[in-house]
Amino acid sequence: MVLRNPRRELEMPGPLTVAALLEQLEVNPESVLVIQGDTLVTRDARLSDADVVEIRPVTSGGAE
Amino acid sequence: MKCRVCRAPAVLDIRRHNAAFCREHFLKHCREQVRRAIDDQHMMAAGERVLVAVSGGKDSLALWDLLLELGYDADGLYVGLGIGEYSDASWQAARTFARERGLQLREVDLAAEYGYDVPRAAATTHRSPCGACGLSKRHVFNSVAVDHGYDVVATGHNLDDEAAVLLGNVLRWETGYLGRQHPVLPAGPGFARKVKPLYRLGERETAAYCVLLGIDYQVEECPMAEGNRHLGYKEVLDALEDRSPGAKAAFVFGFVDRAHDRFRDEAGIEREGLGPCAVCGSPTTTDVCAFCRLRQRVGSRAVHAQ
Repeated sequence: MVLRNPRRELEMPGPLTVAALLEQLEVNPESVLVIQGDTLVTRDARLSDADVVEIRPVTSGGAE
Repeated sequence: MKCRVCRAPAVLDIRRHNAAFCREHFLKHCREQVRRAIDDQHMMAAGERVLVAVSGGKDSLALWDLLLELGYDADGLYVGLGIGEYSDASWQAARTFARERGLQLREVDLAAEYGYDVPRAAATTHRSPCGACGLSKRHVFNSVAVDHGYDVVATGHNLDDEAAVLLGNVLRWETGYLGRQHPVLPAGPGFARKVKPLYRLGERETAAYCVLLGIDYQVEECPMAEGNRHLGYKEVLDALEDRSPGAKAAFVFGFVDRAHDRFRDEAGIEREGLGPCAVCGSPTTTDVCAFCRLRQRVGSRAVHAQ
């Protein structure tokens, strides 16, 4: 999988659900999108060993 | 998960709505939320000219797209902040979006137009970069809107932004800021109306909107915002939302509907004391406006450094 901000790549053994993946990475599901190709996957989706996903943070800063 | 509307496979779940949506119905949900925000708050009328503050990020590009989808006459305004590769990539994203759709993107580069950029302003004035950036953008958005006859300036502030700002204002009981925190700031002498049509959508939704429509936005975070207080508030609110879905919406919508009026007078008193800036003519409560004072400070430090 590809993680952004900062960009890095990790391999995780499958199969596992998106929710389990985020939990293992200690990522709050409210703060990211999980992208597969040109679409999005919900937290109950099952990912296999061969799947490539991007975990993209959606939080932007920049206020006084 | 299945789409709440049509039972097709869902692409996004939104826990505060206790719902998931397929691509088609998620995009419809976004349009409906923006339509509702505009109508409920009387943000703008058909035929008015809208200037969208465009940063190249997910919120402003989603906003521009949504306003066009809803039939508004909307041009964009990009402000060049001079934050290295981050600004270059943001500017490129804004230009590409406009070019591919044949839209008008106005551009103001702080360095070329005003002789400073955000990193220099922060370094020479010891002001926070986000403070100097926000001050500069507010001034430029308003002056371009007034100079070019736009009825309204639309910014991409989303539900998460509003919740984080509200938390900060409440923690310090900034009553003047609370009086000004509203989805609509009415026009006044020298001020264009300012609206926040995305205040009913979370930033997860605006990012999803862009991904699903193939809108290529600036994904990287501003390097100067790293570790700022606003991001800390968002982290706290995300943790709260995870435990208690709907908390952010209840916080912001409750404030707008039931509490904002209690602070409105504070903002009104500030507006009554406004006069023209001695340098640029913009409305201000002091002789010289905060933007011109910032420019003067950066300029005088630069002269001393030579």
